[in-house]
Amino acid sequence: MITLEHFMVLSAIVFGCGVATILTKRNAIAVLIGIELVLNAANINLVAFNRYSWSGEAVSAGGEPAVEGIMFALFIIVVAAAEAAIALGIILNFYNMHSTVDIERANLMKG
Amino acid sequence: MLSLTQQDIVQPIQPMLFYAFAAIICISAIGVLLSKQIVRMALYLLGTLAGVAGLYFFLHAELLGAIQLIVYAGGTLVLIIFGIMLTTKNPWARLQISAFERNLGIEIGLAAFAVMAWIAFQWTGGRMDEQALAQVTEYPVATIGRVLLSKYLIPFEVVGVLLLVVMIAAAYMAKGRRAEEIGR
Repeated sequence: MITLEHFMVLSAIVFGCGVATILTKRNAIAVLIGIELVLNAANINLVAFNRYSWSGEAVSAGGEPAVEGIMFALFIIVVAAAEAAIALGIILNFYNMHSTVDIERANLMKG
Repeated sequence: MLSLTQQDIVQPIQPMLFYAFAAIICISAIGVLLSKQIVRMALYLLGTLAGVAGLYFFLHAELLGAIQLIVYAGGTLVLIIFGIMLTTKNPWARLQISAFERNLGIEIGLAAFAVMAWIAFQWTGGRMDEQALAQVTEYPVATIGRVLLSKYLIPFEVVGVLLLVVMIAAAYMAKGRRAEEIGR
């Protein structure tokens, strides 16, 4: 029997990998990949909670299953796609200016 | 008395399916963290995204699994690979970080994992029993569509506007400027 804990631990592993990726890479695109991992970890949790932690009374009474978690995951996927598009636009501009994607060089706004 | 239903055959396979998807996700997520070449990171990311899509199918969220494959694996990943191709002179190039910072980052990631795993085993909120779980065998697309256009209508519209804004902004930012505009 697969329980909710299985999904939560799996999500924690993906989240940890994502955070560590964001912190340990100097390539801006690598940081973006880390962000995608973190968002996916959140999505796993949302969908798993939607399946496991919902009372089920509505279905027993002949109603429709709740889809709240799926909705949230759907919106997160859309926002993640938008974020990736904008981030890559920024990275391309940065590359045009500095001929590199090393985030250590992104110090234009440093006080 | 020995009549096997479909349920009896599917039931024992399910944990194995979950562990297979979980193994794919974990291995490729750790691969993203440990690989030093950006192209390999993108490849490992594909493994994670596909594994998560498999998990969605496992959780009966078929629509979400399909969207995950189309939008993430088909859209975002291609975008990232194009970004790599456009910004890297040598696709196998490495940008190294100091050993101290690397260890610190991995320790913070481990700490985040530890805290979340601890919460996972502490949390005892309401959850369905096995019987109720077996009753929900699908989340119909019709239901999702109806909820999307009734309860979640305003977020749906806002996301539509967001996508329009992002499309225009991305095209504007990536259109490229002349060298004198940049000031070189």
